[in-house]
Amino acid sequence: MNELIEILKEIHPDVDYATATNLVDGKILDSFDIISLVSEIADKFDVVVSAEHMIPENFNSAQAIWDLIQKLEDEE
Amino acid sequence: MLFTSYEFIGFVILLVALYYVLPKKVKWPLLLLGSYVFYYFAGWKFLFYIFAVTVITYVAGLLISRNKVRADARFAELKALEKSGSGSPEEVGKEARKRYKEAQKKKRRRMMTIGIVLALGILAVVKYTNFTIHNINGVLLAFGSTKRLGFLTIALPMGISFYTFQAVSYVIDVYRDRHEAQKNFFKYALFVSFFPQLVQGPISRYGDLSKELFTPHKFSGRVLERGLQRVIWGYFKKVVIADRILTAVNSLINTPETYKGAYVFLVMMFYALELYADFTGGIDITIGIAEMLGIPMKENFERPFFSKNIAEYWRRWHITMGTWFTDYIFYPISVSGPMLKLSKWSRKHLGEKVGKRLPVYLASFIVWFTTGIWHGASWNFIVWGLGNFVVIMISQELEPLYRRFHKKFNTDGSTAYKSFQVGRTILLMSALRLFDCYRDVPLTFKMFGTMFTTWNWNTLGNGTLLRLGLVRSDYVILGLGTIVLFVVSMIGRSGSVRDKMEKKMPLPARWGIFTLLVLVILVFGAYGQGYDAAQFIYNQF
Amino acid sequence: MSEIVHEKKKDRKIARVALVLALLVASCLLVYAVDLLLRPKYMGEVTEGVLTAEYYESKGRHQVLFVGDCEVYENFSTVQLWREFGINSFIRGGAQQLVWQSYYLLEDALRYETPDVVVFNVLSLMYNEPQNEAYNRMALDGMRWSASKWNAIKASMCEGESMIEYIFPLLRYHSRWNELTSDDFKYWFTKDTVSFNGYYLRTEIMPAGAMPPPKPLADPKFGDYAMAYLDLMTQLCKEKGIKLVLIKSPSLYPHWYEEWDAQMVEYAKENDLLYINMLDIAEDEIGIDYSLDTYDAGLHMNVTGAEKCSSYLGKILVEKYGIKSAKDDPDLSEYWSEVEQRYDTAKNINNL
Repeated sequence: MNELIEILKEIHPDVDYATATNLVDGKILDSFDIISLVSEIADKFDVVVSAEHMIPENFNSAQAIWDLIQKLEDEE
Repeated sequence: MLFTSYEFIGFVILLVALYYVLPKKVKWPLLLLGSYVFYYFAGWKFLFYIFAVTVITYVAGLLISRNKVRADARFAELKALEKSGSGSPEEVGKEARKRYKEAQKKKRRRMMTIGIVLALGILAVVKYTNFTIHNINGVLLAFGSTKRLGFLTIALPMGISFYTFQAVSYVIDVYRDRHEAQKNFFKYALFVSFFPQLVQGPISRYGDLSKELFTPHKFSGRVLERGLQRVIWGYFKKVVIADRILTAVNSLINTPETYKGAYVFLVMMFYALELYADFTGGIDITIGIAEMLGIPMKENFERPFFSKNIAEYWRRWHITMGTWFTDYIFYPISVSGPMLKLSKWSRKHLGEKVGKRLPVYLASFIVWFTTGIWHGASWNFIVWGLGNFVVIMISQELEPLYRRFHKKFNTDGSTAYKSFQVGRTILLMSALRLFDCYRDVPLTFKMFGTMFTTWNWNTLGNGTLLRLGLVRSDYVILGLGTIVLFVVSMIGRSGSVRDKMEKKMPLPARWGIFTLLVLVILVFGAYGQGYDAAQFIYNQF
Repeated sequence: MSEIVHEKKKDRKIARVALVLALLVASCLLVYAVDLLLRPKYMGEVTEGVLTAEYYESKGRHQVLFVGDCEVYENFSTVQLWREFGINSFIRGGAQQLVWQSYYLLEDALRYETPDVVVFNVLSLMYNEPQNEAYNRMALDGMRWSASKWNAIKASMCEGESMIEYIFPLLRYHSRWNELTSDDFKYWFTKDTVSFNGYYLRTEIMPAGAMPPPKPLADPKFGDYAMAYLDLMTQLCKEKGIKLVLIKSPSLYPHWYEEWDAQMVEYAKENDLLYINMLDIAEDEIGIDYSLDTYDAGLHMNVTGAEKCSSYLGKILVEKYGIKSAKDDPDLSEYWSEVEQRYDTAKNINNL
């Protein structure tokens, strides 16, 4: 989780990721940010986030992103 | 049937009335029938295309869905076998199950691909064959060959770009397990052909639209009123503003030799207004009709001209198209295996900064190229699409610079700066839209150039404006109409205008306003043959 | 308790429906008022446009009904027919009124009355298809709604016209908003009577000169479509026991061809109708002086010419069909004395 927050901080340093729950719906993360995020995640966690996972619900909060990573790791 | 034809208005009135009169069971079949009747009016030959696309994507969706159900069942079975210890680990173990799952997914992927390729294949043939031939001929000519390929004579079926995209998104969403496939062919056919959105969108997702599309809705005065309000507002934009200014736009762009310099700027402004009023008006009519039937639709616009940059503009203009390209082209490309590999490689060899951007920029490039060519099979649209790409990339790259600027001058968030941003976005978008106006790409560049070389602003006031097919009173109507548009947009910033009216005004007041609006459309609308008094003067024979 | 609540709910619902209906009626009235404002008024200028509507204002049973184009409504004085023979007549004619329009206007009139004689001017047989939107409008907009009007519109529409624009004229005339004049407000809800039972009075004199040489006819026969409506007219009159009289009025232009005339003679014979070619006998028998009796160089009669034509035709109608004077009808006499007064004033004013 901390690793993830670090990645996120790199993208937008001024967001409080512990509380934010509308990263996508609130237009904090745009599609460019999400792509950077996905490629970072692929690097650090060795999981592939494919296009079918690219829905707002999966990226709206740090927790949601974390859950997604966990789910993908499980499937590996 | 154009939205602005008497036939269409009659058709909608009849359909809405029947919808509420007929029993529950036949409500959605009525919509299907109506949609096909609507499409039939565009040309019976076109029915073939929409039917073919419907069948292809229906079958693809069904096969994918079935495979998924079967595969899930088998997977569970294997798991159970392992638990009970009755199967050999090679056959039912975790590794084996994973292999099985992936093999099945691959199968579904193949089904999806076949479905998409077939559906898009039809679109490609009817929309892009002649464009391709044209370019091949150009190449042949460049190499001195006298050979020419003949053009196909197929008319572009109405709305094919829209319903094909809608059908493709359905297949992909079934594959992605967003929803199950629709087993009832006729229900699915209604989703593809639902008539108000057939011509110009919005491009609906099955998951959004299907919730209410098949539900039989009971009559409700409130629902009808709100839908009707939206339809009337749409007609106001389309008939009073767009169709009126269209005359001037056409005069300006059809004689580029005459209308250079300042008039190119005029084209930018007039066309922005025309396109906005026409497109958002059409969407208002579409969504309004669906609303009258109790079917909510996704919004396609969110006051796009108030955007602060082009990226934001594209999140607020033709939204359903933008999200379509994001979901089905941008994401799949940018997170695909090869792309991630490329990203890794370039980060290593070209540095962190470039490596990070390369995949995104490459994917964006493809998105904007396809967006361009989706709008129309011509270089104008391709260049227009890539123009958007360039501007968005530049603004992305300049982002750090802006940030420093704001820090230094403390301008971030100030109204003046925001207005500057909004104005800049409008100008940039209007300039790009010139590709949509002039005949070809070189001419567009040339005309754009004249804005800086031909200084004829002083001639704007010498009566030239009255030679564009509009008289003084037309400009008055346009001016007032635009003010109304602007004011309503401003009110809409803090929430739905109709909600506000409903809360604050009694029925008679709302009724009065919309009666007036109808009168304004009827009287000041640019429709019909026009009245030429001279024609009515008796000339003996 | 719950019953009371239920009742209250019901009452509220009824009140709401009533409110909506009231608002709907108000909106319709408003739109209708705007519609009336924007319609062309045909007052002062192009008054031919109101002729059709004036029929409904006229009084009593008409013994004689004229149908046809400008060659009836400008060439026959209904006032003269009344004065000389006591014939109560009306002219349902309009600018370039086509055969089918004449037929349906007749059909429309027969909903209200059955005349003894119908006089049809045959020139319009030369047109076999819809001609001109403006004339369609002038002939048809003034008709009251009936199946006849619907059919007349259907038979007359030119390309680009649509039925809905006849049903709601606002759709057709809306763009007049920027050329409204004080007349449009003055005649918003009421109009002046401009004709004399369908007669369009002109007093100017312009002697007839040389007419352009007639072009050779591509097809000497009248078109089937036009003739079909003449057949319908013949049949309708027969059914109702009305005598149909065919005339060719003494206007010099458009040219009336020998071939056309022969066809009319033949047609009259076949159907046992009276056909009078007044052009042939204009000078000798009717006494038309083309240097004095026309206001536009021989195309149409002025009032003196129209009076001569009426005297001639009236005599035939009385002698052949025994039409009796209606002057002993006090209501009619009163009505006509008003018309005569208006007529004489107009004649004198225009003569000044």
